[in-house]
Amino acid sequence: MNLLGSTSIQPFAEILAEHYEKKYPGQFAEVQGGGSTAGLQAAEHGLADIGMCSRSLTTKESRLFTEILIARDGLAIVVNPENPVSRLSLEQLRALFAGRIANWSEVGGKNGSVWPITREEGSGTRESFVRLIMGAERISRRALTQESNGAVKELVKGDPSAIGYMSLGLVGKDLKPVTVDGAEPTVENVLAGRYHLVRPLLFVTKGAANSAARKFVDFVLSSDGQRLLATEGLVRVR
Amino acid sequence: MKRDKVVGAILLVMALFGISGLALITVFIFREGVPVVLRLGARQIFLSSDWEPSLGHFGILSMMVGSLAVTLGAAVIGVVFSLGLAVVLTQFSPPGLSAALKPVVELLAGIPSVVYGFVGVVTLVPLIRHTLGGPGLSVLAASIVLGVMVLPTITSIAIDALQAVPRSYLEGSIALGATRWQTVTMVLLRAARSGLVTAVILGMGRAIGETMAVIMVAGNALEVPHSLLAPVRTLTSNIALEMGYASGDHRQALFATGATLFVVITLLNIAALAISRRRTGRGRFS
Repeated sequence: MNLLGSTSIQPFAEILAEHYEKKYPGQFAEVQGGGSTAGLQAAEHGLADIGMCSRSLTTKESRLFTEILIARDGLAIVVNPENPVSRLSLEQLRALFAGRIANWSEVGGKNGSVWPITREEGSGTRESFVRLIMGAERISRRALTQESNGAVKELVKGDPSAIGYMSLGLVGKDLKPVTVDGAEPTVENVLAGRYHLVRPLLFVTKGAANSAARKFVDFVLSSDGQRLLATEGLVRVR
Repeated sequence: MKRDKVVGAILLVMALFGISGLALITVFIFREGVPVVLRLGARQIFLSSDWEPSLGHFGILSMMVGSLAVTLGAAVIGVVFSLGLAVVLTQFSPPGLSAALKPVVELLAGIPSVVYGFVGVVTLVPLIRHTLGGPGLSVLAASIVLGVMVLPTITSIAIDALQAVPRSYLEGSIALGATRWQTVTMVLLRAARSGLVTAVILGMGRAIGETMAVIMVAGNALEVPHSLLAPVRTLTSNIALEMGYASGDHRQALFATGATLFVVITLLNIAALAISRRRTGRGRFS
């Protein structure tokens, strides 16, 4: 039984797999990264029993796959703790990432350049960010591009002029998550529907899941599996 | 002898095998990359810096500029330090020290590029950010990291070139009353000129092809860089960042990026070869 896809889901899937193998000796679940789009391709061509995808499926994709919502994940907007800005509106965020606001003083911060940090083309986190915040507007060409949540984190940690986005479950203590449209990015606010930057974390299979995959999915959706995901900072769906 | 022929045939087959691998790669890159250029037009790809695959924009101009900028930066840094090192090791340092230092320089070539990138991110990038401004991830950071990475390539070829200069020239120069330094600048470096140029060009070939370290320290922004402190995306970074996800036109555009890189590196190598061939008239002052 193997899973392949989103690097945002990968660390959580690895933890799930570890507990799954402990609970059901003799069962194996192998987890690989590669990105959301790669996960979908692998599921389509039978290279993976389950594809992992950290964004909503397009209409075309949802006709092709069976999707299982395993958890939801807040998308946190993060800045350096030295940055005095801690509240932003959706419109300000869009302007910051589009490059229309290029100085922090325009949103109540210190005088200085804004360096938006984005993820690479094809990342599920990026696609969710574009859908939830940018809409039809394009991310500035000036934006620094990093290829993992970890790299974004390192950069924001070291640079007071940076602003980035990442999985809420991975923010940690070194970064300051920004309050968006008056709602703090917390699991409670996501559950209560107050924090709107939320994306689905999906398992996808082509057609119905085979029996081994079904067993793993059942474990993930069981109260044990959901509790594990919740302690890791994700938002449970059951 | 019969055995010689058998061994010769086996070696020939192995050599052909290696070369045919190269030929296959070449054919594959161009077969995948050329159609998208023909369909969208060379203008849309090579003269546009608008790269937005989801909207069907595949301009790689900013990345071509990016690759060029970091490669030239690396060449400048590489030339200064490598030539200095090569001159010192062949002319000024005692033989014992040279024998100890040369392997150390060559050891630099054995360090994996991800390590260079990591050291760059942890030390160099914050230093640039704090002292010079900007995001730290920049043309400058990439140039310095690449400059260090090409050091062993340029130094070892430059040392060979300097050692190939006949001793009689140096002795003649000293005998005419020139100082050691005058001999180096006016005789040695001039006599070895074509070899030194070859060394630099091969170093540039190495720099332009480097990927991992560059992704980590260059910032990968899509804008054409307007200063040394601006972030930049190179051709290689673009391929490595996006290849995992790409399909359709996007994938082909990445192959076109690769084909562009291939042409540039081939031209560099041809130039290096042509210049080093001219060296057959070794020792003649022109």
